[in-house]
Amino acid sequence: MSATLAVTDPTLLAFAEEVGETDAVAIEGGRTRWDLGGIPDGEPRLIRAPEGIVEYRPEEMTVQVRAGTSVGELHATLAAKGQRTALPERGGTVGGALAVGENDFRALGRGRTRESLLQVRYVSAEGKVVSSGGPTVKNVSGFDLPRLMVGSLGTLGCLAEVILRTNPIPAESRWLHAEGVDAQVVFDALLNPSAVLTNGTEVWVELEGHGPDVEQQTKVLASLGSFSDAEAPELPAHRWSMKPSDAATFTPVDGERFIATIGLGLIFTDSPQPRSELDPAVVVISERLKANFDPTGRLNPGRMPGRN
Amino acid sequence: MAGSKLSNLTKRRQRAESSGEPFVDALRAALSHNRVKWDGASRSLHSHDASVFDGGNSGPVVYPETTAEVQAVVRLANQHGRNVVPRGAGTGLAGGAIPLGVPVVVAVTKMNAILEVDEVNRVAWVEPGVINLDLTKQLKPLGYHFAPDPSSQQVCTIGGNVANNSGGPHCLAYGVTNAHVVAMEVVLPSGDTAMLGGLEAEPQGFDLRGAFVGSEGTLGIVTKVAVRLTKNRPAVRTLLMAFDDVRDAANTVSDVIAAGIVPAAMEVMDKQITAAVENYVGAGYPVDAAAVLLAEVDGLDSGVDIDADRIAKIGRSNKATDVRLAESEAQRQLLWKGRKTAFGAVAQIAPDYYLHDTVVPRSALADVLEQIYEIADRYDLLIMNVFHAGDGNLHPLIVFDGRQEGVLERVHAAGGEIITASLDAGGVLSGEHGIGVEKQKFMSRMFTNDDLDHQNRLRQAFDPHCRTNPGKVIPSGHSCADIQSLRSVPNTVWG
Repeated sequence: MSATLAVTDPTLLAFAEEVGETDAVAIEGGRTRWDLGGIPDGEPRLIRAPEGIVEYRPEEMTVQVRAGTSVGELHATLAAKGQRTALPERGGTVGGALAVGENDFRALGRGRTRESLLQVRYVSAEGKVVSSGGPTVKNVSGFDLPRLMVGSLGTLGCLAEVILRTNPIPAESRWLHAEGVDAQVVFDALLNPSAVLTNGTEVWVELEGHGPDVEQQTKVLASLGSFSDAEAPELPAHRWSMKPSDAATFTPVDGERFIATIGLGLIFTDSPQPRSELDPAVVVISERLKANFDPTGRLNPGRMPGRN
Repeated sequence: MAGSKLSNLTKRRQRAESSGEPFVDALRAALSHNRVKWDGASRSLHSHDASVFDGGNSGPVVYPETTAEVQAVVRLANQHGRNVVPRGAGTGLAGGAIPLGVPVVVAVTKMNAILEVDEVNRVAWVEPGVINLDLTKQLKPLGYHFAPDPSSQQVCTIGGNVANNSGGPHCLAYGVTNAHVVAMEVVLPSGDTAMLGGLEAEPQGFDLRGAFVGSEGTLGIVTKVAVRLTKNRPAVRTLLMAFDDVRDAANTVSDVIAAGIVPAAMEVMDKQITAAVENYVGAGYPVDAAAVLLAEVDGLDSGVDIDADRIAKIGRSNKATDVRLAESEAQRQLLWKGRKTAFGAVAQIAPDYYLHDTVVPRSALADVLEQIYEIADRYDLLIMNVFHAGDGNLHPLIVFDGRQEGVLERVHAAGGEIITASLDAGGVLSGEHGIGVEKQKFMSRMFTNDDLDHQNRLRQAFDPHCRTNPGKVIPSGHSCADIQSLRSVPNTVWG
């Protein structure tokens, strides 16, 4: 019975063969976050996931795509049908974006990366193609390995192919800017803004939706300050993750520039975030997970989510 | 005065009394006598849940009130070599809360406090025994709600929602429970506590929170949950559309999504269930229609009007015979009341029902429905359909009289064929009920042995000794699936 479920796509089988079963491998995407969770130990063999969009079904709001495909290319294909995904576009691959798990800074409007993954196919440390999740937008069939894979930095399996949830691109999208308004007050006054950003003195807001909705929310903004059309601000290179309540009152060290995302909790600034310790009970489970999925430690050796 | 003396005497006697079971005595010493039930009635009650499955066999039933008490219970169970099964309201339909292997049943219903509503972080910290709808009612004055709204929301618990990754009609736009659980404190199978997830934008480390939600109580016991607060929408439009052919309703659903509209909910009821509901609550449903589609959009006034108009047009282009817009909140509530009481309405038709749960691609809805009617004919059964059409989540409801000779065999055989038809159409085993014991044996129709082996690796990272809710989800033949002294589900019940 299960033989019929086995993956037969020659591209994935070839990738499984490339991953192999014995030596240390590190999987390479766009190398945009290469040192996150530790730099690969030793000299692992570098591999790349296969590329290409396998099947795009706009009417199902799903796309099946190989992990080595660039997010930019994927989004260009989806945009032709008026759709997008939650994955952030920062020059990397679909597999890389999922393995890192970072959100777009407009995640309040686009959804979170971890919620966009419906089905995952990865190559295990034993060189086998493993599938989890399913092609439908709703699914509770068995343990949720797709959630576990997001942010796992390729330490549990090499992402090969995924099915992602797509979302319609709203009819209208508009950035507005003002000075001297309280960003939290702005956030609370709006219904579902895609982004409310502040650098402590200025506020940027992205509104998306039907034209009349955007117009109505623009009026709400006008009642709070003198907002005018603007571009999205440039984001400093380092991202900090914190509670939305802390992001709202963030003060940078040494007067560094920063952009805080209100309601989301990301800060973009010039220096890296000091990492905090993980809960020891969480460390125990994380180490067991790694040992269970990769008993010989051959997948992305030296890297571990949550580690500096 | 005399009464209080008597009660003190009783308490002392109870304390001194041994149950004859060292494990039960130890639990009573750790909690209190009256929060550890060992009588036949309590155990019998907790040997079942809302599913049709027998075969459960509860050990002592405990009602902890704090995280420390849950830890004490888990540690005692470990010391005594006993299994642990967490339990919310017992409304699960896949047998996930059925105790196998005579475990201690940890009922979280007394842990039912809403601990904190944190508006800046848009979360509420709640205990697992909080009732889903109670939370939404409490949040209403603040302008928020908890988005997952399973049909059992009047009685089901947040802990149960976490275990099952529950959905409901409105998860079409808002997502299932996983999207609404930000962080949680859990008691691990070791008895230690862990904080999974966090209120930060991107918590560090593996997403253990995400892995825990929907694990059907096999990875530990949740003791505190930070759930996301969803802002109530100022405007709602609810449409009712009637069709002469269920295929037209299904096509309308597909066309709406293809048009780039994501309604808050899209529910379809077929002729049989519509008639039953109308007879039961008088919601104003057209009883002569082959199918009724309820579609709801929410947001800002102008946007919902645009979407409601577009949906109505799509319905008409798919030959809708009647398109109505709820004109008042009362009318809207009535339309939803019909949908939400559908299962109660069925009781008028036959004494028993078996509610199935599969998901298919939306574009396959019409074809799979046709196959379901054909299966019903072939097995001489009545199957009604009321389902979350927007996300392709079918809920075929097999209605029967269990007293009829041989009917259960037909019910289960038909159920098996429905599952096969859904999988063949590119669907999945379950959309919101979970696997439990119901669909264990079907897991190998969706997953390879390697796939299942990896699911088990996740389970064993949390629970290396397979002590928490054993015998669920993973099918027989894999570790953590077979428990010694476990009374399996009898063949007479689930073929």
